[in-house]
Amino acid sequence: MITFIVRRLLGAVLMLLVVSMVTFAVFFLVPRIAGQTTDQLAAQYVGRNPSAAQIHATEIKLGLDKPIYEQYGRFLKGIVAGADYNDGPDVSHCPAPCFGYSFKNQEPVWPQMLGALPVTGSLALGAAIIWLVTGVGIGVLSALRRGTVFDRAAMSVALAGVSLPIFFTALLSLAIFRDTIPLFPDAATWIPFSTDPGRWAEALVLPWVTLAFLYAALYARLTRAGMLDTMNEDFIRTARAKGLTERQVVVKHGLRATLTPIVTIFGLDLGLLIGGAVLTETAFSLPGLGQFAVNAIINQDLPEILGVTLLAGFFVVAANLIVDVLYAVIDPRVRF
Amino acid sequence: MSRKADEWGGTDGFVDVRPRPGEPEYYDSAPKPSSSFLELRDLRVHFPTDDGLVKSADGLSFTLERGRTLGIVGESGSGKSVTSLAIMGLHKATNAKITGEIWLDGEDLVAASADRVRQLRGKKMAMIFQDPLSAMHPYYTVGTQIIEAYRIHNKVTKAVARRHAIEMLDRVGIPQPASRVDDYPHQFSGGMRQRAMIAMALSCDPELLIADEPTTALDVTVQAQILDLIRDLQQEFNSAVIIITHDLGVVAELADNIMVMYAGRTAEYGPTDDIFRRPQHPYTWGLLGSMPRLDRERADRLLPIMGTPPSLINVPSGCAFHPRCTYQKLTSGRSIDEVPELRSVDGEHRVACHLTAEQRLTAWETDIKPKL
Repeated sequence: MITFIVRRLLGAVLMLLVVSMVTFAVFFLVPRIAGQTTDQLAAQYVGRNPSAAQIHATEIKLGLDKPIYEQYGRFLKGIVAGADYNDGPDVSHCPAPCFGYSFKNQEPVWPQMLGALPVTGSLALGAAIIWLVTGVGIGVLSALRRGTVFDRAAMSVALAGVSLPIFFTALLSLAIFRDTIPLFPDAATWIPFSTDPGRWAEALVLPWVTLAFLYAALYARLTRAGMLDTMNEDFIRTARAKGLTERQVVVKHGLRATLTPIVTIFGLDLGLLIGGAVLTETAFSLPGLGQFAVNAIINQDLPEILGVTLLAGFFVVAANLIVDVLYAVIDPRVRF
Repeated sequence: MSRKADEWGGTDGFVDVRPRPGEPEYYDSAPKPSSSFLELRDLRVHFPTDDGLVKSADGLSFTLERGRTLGIVGESGSGKSVTSLAIMGLHKATNAKITGEIWLDGEDLVAASADRVRQLRGKKMAMIFQDPLSAMHPYYTVGTQIIEAYRIHNKVTKAVARRHAIEMLDRVGIPQPASRVDDYPHQFSGGMRQRAMIAMALSCDPELLIADEPTTALDVTVQAQILDLIRDLQQEFNSAVIIITHDLGVVAELADNIMVMYAGRTAEYGPTDDIFRRPQHPYTWGLLGSMPRLDRERADRLLPIMGTPPSLINVPSGCAFHPRCTYQKLTSGRSIDEVPELRSVDGEHRVACHLTAEQRLTAWETDIKPKL
């Protein structure tokens, strides 16, 4: 078990390294191959109408004149140990993990991302709880009542949930529950949990439900299909033959087997979302990682794009790792 | 039984083996309880499908006493498993229409409530399934599954149930039961898994044990061990055993009586000795003729039964076996028009065939016996 986790951990680190290399290459190597000079690269960091001296100073400061592998080493070192930028007269220190400074406001990237993380985290975790409970619950009931009015209605709603885009349901819910009926007047604002937990939750209800609707629909369909499969398994017949009540058969034997693959998908979905729920955050004006990424791309803010890509990559890799380890725990047939 | 449990196991769930209002009644007056331990009276299990009514079991009757073994033999789709699942009450009420009577120790299981049948399952009657790998839950240890089976019907602590589980594993011949009890089914070999399955089925000392093809998924060398085990345990517990198989060799070893099924009906029923020495039905001859023998030289090649098993939706008219029967012409058309009744040949030995006793004797002595 320990060796398995260590092996997986090393694999995850390697994976992140590859992700960082590819992203770094996209932003620093490809422009050079495409024929950009280091001066042109450095010019992006300086501002409008810079002087040749400013550009040159920046080039030295960021090490753009150095060979690419040295730059990459510097970039990695910045993330792990922090970096010092030689500004000529004084040296500015960027503490680890250092993703550099934003083009737009000259702020270090990492604290900005750190500030956005609780927003995305609140959104993703809250929605995840809602969609897991409702999705799995509806899926199980649908499977057990297959072909009934409940099943048909639930699956129709689920189809709608999967098909409707977030920006549509988000705006619809805002129009109805904030503007027409002012049930959630704070929706589409961000109130930190530490400020007021009650208003934090109230402001997040609509984003949670909107995001959860999409995933709950997906999970209901997955659970229903899995449950229908499982309930036809031989071991379910065995469970009944033992004299278990139908409820025990469904919960202890049916659900246990159905949930295993669901847990896997759940972990991956959650990892992906924490890296930025782009559409939901944009629709509800939540200053999370998704919105941060969108703004970074719009502003062509290289250090920010690089940082948010790596962070999102980190969450996906971490989710994969956790799911792998968890899977070995819940499915005894998986051995290391 | 709480109201909630009814919601889970209610009408859309499963096992309500009672006939519904408006269904044909086969008995006008209240049926008489059976004096036998197990008695089936005119059991019919029908499945309405979009293509038509599938008559998987169509009028089965037999009795079985404690300590005795009945072998049910037939091709795939002849209704063997359907019959055993009906006894266990394991058909979904939404799928299956069950009529007739199943008397188990003075109780009619067809008329009994779903919950009553559930209480009997595992305790009074238990079942061993064909493929022990898929029949055991992959995520629970063997011990957990035996403990669960025991604790449904016995109000004991987990520790007591665990000791019982280890004891049961020991009894079915699993080495180091105290450590293997914590293994998962996939960590067992095929034969060991079937032993564990048997331990699970026997954990509440059932009086009726149904083994549905218990050796089909196993190596030949292991088959004999499992059959021996079933026989030993039967003697120990004095339980009634039904063995379902398509392998006549299996029942030859174990069964006191054999029922040969064809297309949901009984073709022939009788003591094992009679079935092997004086078989009466052309289908039984076919089964015997297609059985490889190692103990002596064969005069000829194996004699396969021509044709394919019938569709249970469009069961052939008259005797369901007539399209495949070599002797069909001898009955001057009765096979095609008239369903043969199950008639006694000699005491308990009964056959459903239109051929006269002389015709059967001649055919057996001249055509079949010399070639076996």
